[in-house]
Amino acid sequence: MKTPDLLELATRNLREAILRNALTTLGIAVGIASLVAMLSLGIGLQSMATQRLAKSGLFDTIVVTSRRDFRSFNRSEEKTGPAPAQSRALDENTRLEIEKLPNVKEATPDIRFITEIRYENKPHLTLVSTLPPSAAGKDAFDSMEGKFFSSPAAPEAILQREVALELLGLPEDSKETINSAAMKSLIGKELTMKYAERQAVSFAPTPATPAAAAKVKPEGPLPAESGQFGDFGESSSTASFSVLSRETKLRISGITDQDPEGMKGGGRGRIFLPLKFAQDLHVMVPSDLRENTRSFSSQPTYLTLTVTVSNPSRVQDVQEAIRKMGFNTFSIFDATRSLRRFFSILDLFLGIFGSLALAVASIGIVNTLVMAILERRREIGIMKALGASDIDVKKLFFAEAGAMGFLGGALGVGLGWFLGRVINAGTNVFLKHQDLPPENVWIVPLWLVGGAIVFAVIMSLLAGIYPASRAAKLDPVQALRYE
Amino acid sequence: MPIETDRTTALETVDLCRHYTMGDSLIRAVDGISLRVESGEFVALLGSSGSGKSSLLNLIAGLDHPTSGTVAVQGRDIAKLSRTELARYRRDEVGMVFQAFNLIPTMTLAENVELPMRFAETDRGGRAAAVAKALDRVRLAKRIRHRPSELSGGEQQRASLARALVNWPKMLLADEPTGNLDSRNGTEIMDLIRECNRDLKMTILLVTHERALAERYAERQIFLADGKLIGDTAHGGGTVAEGFVGGPTLAAPQESA
Repeated sequence: MKTPDLLELATRNLREAILRNALTTLGIAVGIASLVAMLSLGIGLQSMATQRLAKSGLFDTIVVTSRRDFRSFNRSEEKTGPAPAQSRALDENTRLEIEKLPNVKEATPDIRFITEIRYENKPHLTLVSTLPPSAAGKDAFDSMEGKFFSSPAAPEAILQREVALELLGLPEDSKETINSAAMKSLIGKELTMKYAERQAVSFAPTPATPAAAAKVKPEGPLPAESGQFGDFGESSSTASFSVLSRETKLRISGITDQDPEGMKGGGRGRIFLPLKFAQDLHVMVPSDLRENTRSFSSQPTYLTLTVTVSNPSRVQDVQEAIRKMGFNTFSIFDATRSLRRFFSILDLFLGIFGSLALAVASIGIVNTLVMAILERRREIGIMKALGASDIDVKKLFFAEAGAMGFLGGALGVGLGWFLGRVINAGTNVFLKHQDLPPENVWIVPLWLVGGAIVFAVIMSLLAGIYPASRAAKLDPVQALRYE
Repeated sequence: MPIETDRTTALETVDLCRHYTMGDSLIRAVDGISLRVESGEFVALLGSSGSGKSSLLNLIAGLDHPTSGTVAVQGRDIAKLSRTELARYRRDEVGMVFQAFNLIPTMTLAENVELPMRFAETDRGGRAAAVAKALDRVRLAKRIRHRPSELSGGEQQRASLARALVNWPKMLLADEPTGNLDSRNGTEIMDLIRECNRDLKMTILLVTHERALAERYAERQIFLADGKLIGDTAHGGGTVAEGFVGGPTLAAPQESA
């Protein structure tokens, strides 16, 4: 029998015992719905957890320091590789080199310095740090008051809550939240930041005095090499820099009560500047001094580089590569792997519980089809007398089981999806009540939709094996014998 | 009288047996029957109930397997066919009409008649015409969309004949086709069966216990009793049978226990 005929006969047979078949199909639907529900919950929770971790920046980040920096995170590392004195400086060339390594998303320098800021003419001492444009996606800014930097080089600042409290003259243990009216009033206000500019100068006969330089507008770094006082080798040049005291205006663009720097944080109470803006200021940092004692180059050096890796599982490879270049590295060990393992086990168990309902539904299919054989005994006999082969009869019963499975599966996925929407909505009402941002705890991916329907059909076909082969083996003479 | 044309053997059974065990006793439903039917013949199998005529017909129809012996149809022993080959044989080479009509009640006449073509995997495009033609032959063209329950017994039997004819078999097997019909409807169906024999040159095997009906329509009568062949008009008229049970004309084994 050809497939269209098979399907026609199967649907006609299903329609004939509509109530019984509809109930059986509903049983499958409930089974599939429970399976979809369980797995969606598992998938939703997993993606929520991994997304949170990824956004925290804890697991895809490597901090790179120079071996010449004795304040390194892990002293044991220094025993391998070149001695500090021979190792390379952490400068712009290094940064570009690291950025070209496989699996590296970006390498950003960290510029940090302690300086004085003035707000409404009152001075405050604070730690200044920088953020690259990619930091905008970090979850630390999800609940930020105000906005992230308007452009990578905008003269803007994001304050941590503690700084904001200080500017407002409130005590550190104040209960003031970042979205209070007082805090909001800070957004858009102007700060003045003092800093030390590192200005490269040649060994000119008359070096500029800081006092004189502060009065002239800086003209950017001057050519570093002059070669007047001898030659110290290729990488070195006979140049120096002057330190100029400067001021710049900053507009407050946002206030956050979280720490966007993760493990590098180092205490609260910082203000953040756009990275590009801070680089252009040529702020003098401690490493400049250190490097200058060995070989001075026109390039700025960095205290640390933050390397973002494309995938948390690649952190170790990248870390190894950077270490080979002669730098110290630090990262939190890939915790997502064990997390994924936990969720696979969770999914497995949720799937087993979901499948139990489907197993019950499958028994329903067996029952329905066995009943159908008893009822349609004579009909099977007639079909055989008219030339239906055993395989035709078997296929017909399989088609009926498969059709119930398909319909039940499709209905079940719909039911499961609807259930998921309800649970999502319910969760979000609860979260809103708790003043927490909404979450999708329920995710039904497309593969689950397809997989659940295929699974329903396979289960139904398995359930159809016994009834179908029983129907096929029916002896036509006995089936046709008059009752 | 058999018409002596260029006939070939349509069916030949040799020492055909079908035995069942029911409880402790062995039932010899068909017990060593050897017979030969030429193609195009109209043969009646006569006998009382329990004489084995329906069992014999089932063996010839390929619905049942013999215990021993051979059933050769067009020279091929169907006793040796696999279940699938047997299904193909039933589908392509024989048509069956039953006493109980055996139409599928949930299907319309058209769907009932179409059913054998579904199994035969006939091209869908030609089916409607074939159904119409078959129903037209049994004069039911107007009832094509009706369900069996909406028809009289005679109409149902005609529909079942149309279904038997739709794959154009070489042999038509009719098991008491008039058994559930009144005489007017019985005559009507028998006339149609005779048309199949005369116009379509089909070999007809008619199982009946009505001697008169057999004599009126069949050109040859075979008498059965207790699973044995006891008379065959092809071999010296009724005289062979006369030797066994006092003449078939008088004692067509109507009530022989």
